[in-house]
Amino acid sequence: MEKSIKKYFPIFALPTLIAFAIGFIVPFIMGIYLSFCEFTTVTDAKFVGVKNYFRIFQDETFVHALWYTALFTIASVITINVLAFLVAMLLTKGIKGTNIFRTVFFMPNLIGGIILGYIWQLIINGILLQFDRTLTYNSAYGFAGLLILMNWQQIGYMMIIYIAGIQNIPGELIEAAKMDGANSWQILKKVTLPMVMPAITICTFLTLTNSFKLFDQNLALTAGEPSNMSEMLALNIYNTFYGRVGWEGVGQAKAVVFFILVALIALIQIRLTRTKEVQQ
Amino acid sequence: MRKKLLALLLVLTTTSALLAGCGSKEETTTTEDTSKAQEEVADEGKTEATDGSVYYLNFKPEQAEQWEGLAKKYTEQTGVEVTVVTAASGTYESTLKSEMAKTEAPTLFQVNGPVGLASWKDYCYDLKDSKLYSYLKSDDFALKGDAGEVMGIAYVIETYGIIYNKALLAKYCELPDAAVKSADEIKNFATLKAVAEGIQAHKKDLGVEGAFASTGMDSSSDWRFKTHLANLPIYYEYQQDGIGSTEAIKGTFLDNYKQIFDLYINNSTCSPNLLSSKTGEDAASEFALGEAVFYQNGTWAYGDIAGNDVADEDIGMLPIYIGVDGEENQGLCTGSENYWCVNKNASKEDIQATLDFLDWAVSSDEGRDCIANEMGFVTPFTTFTDEYLAANPLLSAANEYIAAGKTAVSWTFTTMPSENWKNGVGSALLEYAQGTGDWSAVKTAFVDGWAKEYAASK
Repeated sequence: MEKSIKKYFPIFALPTLIAFAIGFIVPFIMGIYLSFCEFTTVTDAKFVGVKNYFRIFQDETFVHALWYTALFTIASVITINVLAFLVAMLLTKGIKGTNIFRTVFFMPNLIGGIILGYIWQLIINGILLQFDRTLTYNSAYGFAGLLILMNWQQIGYMMIIYIAGIQNIPGELIEAAKMDGANSWQILKKVTLPMVMPAITICTFLTLTNSFKLFDQNLALTAGEPSNMSEMLALNIYNTFYGRVGWEGVGQAKAVVFFILVALIALIQIRLTRTKEVQQ
Repeated sequence: MRKKLLALLLVLTTTSALLAGCGSKEETTTTEDTSKAQEEVADEGKTEATDGSVYYLNFKPEQAEQWEGLAKKYTEQTGVEVTVVTAASGTYESTLKSEMAKTEAPTLFQVNGPVGLASWKDYCYDLKDSKLYSYLKSDDFALKGDAGEVMGIAYVIETYGIIYNKALLAKYCELPDAAVKSADEIKNFATLKAVAEGIQAHKKDLGVEGAFASTGMDSSSDWRFKTHLANLPIYYEYQQDGIGSTEAIKGTFLDNYKQIFDLYINNSTCSPNLLSSKTGEDAASEFALGEAVFYQNGTWAYGDIAGNDVADEDIGMLPIYIGVDGEENQGLCTGSENYWCVNKNASKEDIQATLDFLDWAVSSDEGRDCIANEMGFVTPFTTFTDEYLAANPLLSAANEYIAAGKTAVSWTFTTMPSENWKNGVGSALLEYAQGTGDWSAVKTAFVDGWAKEYAASK
């Protein structure tokens, strides 16, 4: 067995490994190298050292995008997870039409981000028109719009994960808790929540990284208007790279900083929630 | 042994399929036909490397089909492969950046003036000895490098101003309290203002939604104000100071800029609060459907407004008056921001093929016919004799002003420091329009932003 795994390893894994190298590792290393360069096209770069990293913070839009993204991430992680958990609780109570509801809630997740962005732009602008406003009037509208959009899109997906977690709780645990006289709040707090902790880990990880890396929805909904005030990090990097002549390297440096930031936050989050998980 | 070989073969085929898959996915911005054509070129390029081929990355989506047609004709006649790829509106720079990094890079591309040239000058072939350059009417239409080399050649001259609906304006002139009796009387800002406000006050009588089409600040429309309208205060400042470009703008005529912008947003089809999401199509359709009398845009907009409620003979163009002394003699804004450049890094054969193609495009009967009549371009080349003059009502209006001896306003926005400067001004204008910011922010973006961007681009 062991031997044949070794023997056939290249057949099964090599294509994927090559694709992974071409599609991920090579661009990643190239990207890090380019962040130390000045260039117009990526094949024609001149090494300039850490200059680009210093220029990042000369750009106020980056600092603003950082705060805006952080704020958005906090808001969306909380709302998406709380709402998704609530819906999951409701849809595991065995009410009529559970399957239909689950499907309906899951559907928005199947639509691409750009399309969702434009759809919500139309809807929200249509409503705001009554008040003589538009979505890009103020970055607060963009923030709220993006939050609604992301909630709508992500709740269904997280709900499915929570449902799986809740269904995994052994019935006797709940029964035993009831026999001991626990009320429903106590059951939720002492039994359900600790038992679905693995699901919470996954869901917070997914929502956290999704919100931080959000790009298409941001681009389609507000495109950073007004005055780059609703621009999130990923869009800011894109705009720096493609929108500003001579700033390509800075955009690349921002991307490296961005990568480190996301990796760091995700690792901390996983460590934190993992410690809360219990053995069944 | 045989098994091993088979295994290796399997691996190779799967990976090569993968690679092919990756390759074709890269052409995202192209239309389907062109990306196919391009792949064909890429394939054939390897086998017949002796003949050069042409790859044109086109800037103007409005004329994409015509260029493709012209390329096809050329290929039929000469057998030289010409690929035309058009970048989607507003994505030219990013498309060019990624296309230029490829092995099959564009051999012919465009820059938008001295500022655009600055980032691409290392890629520009010196066109000094080309036939194309010899056809040029004047050196004003060439972009020169530091040592006098010809790096870019303008191929289309365009004109913009305030497009107006003659029929609606005539209707206004018949009103008892009309400020003017005919459109010819609008010769300065004060009259334009009186007329616009008159139309706005009588919009119900005239059956329009407003005097000016919406001053949309969406990215599909904001260039009309942050770039084209901003040209006027810059032009007058350059005139006053006797310069052609500057590293530090003073903003002498910013109050005039404010005047005209105020006029646009306060006498419009929509409330200033809604401008952030109004698009270029919105404004074009408002004008084309007769809902607005005035619409600031240029000769290229004819295709968008023709064939609707506004008849061709009812389309006219007025200069953009901003209230400067002596503006009675001001004409329309005429210039170019489309310069052809040939990629220096392409192979010799490809460069030669590209130069031959350009020569053919502006001197052969088919080429001239296509460029003048199908694309509707006015070109700066001597080869375009009287029988190859583009005609549309907006171009005629432009010619009338030149014939009447008015001074055309040149396009100074090719000297604007960067896209970022334009975006800064655009955002400040929008905030001013919707009341979330004030005019001083526009001033800051205009004056301080200019110096900052010039420093940053060095």
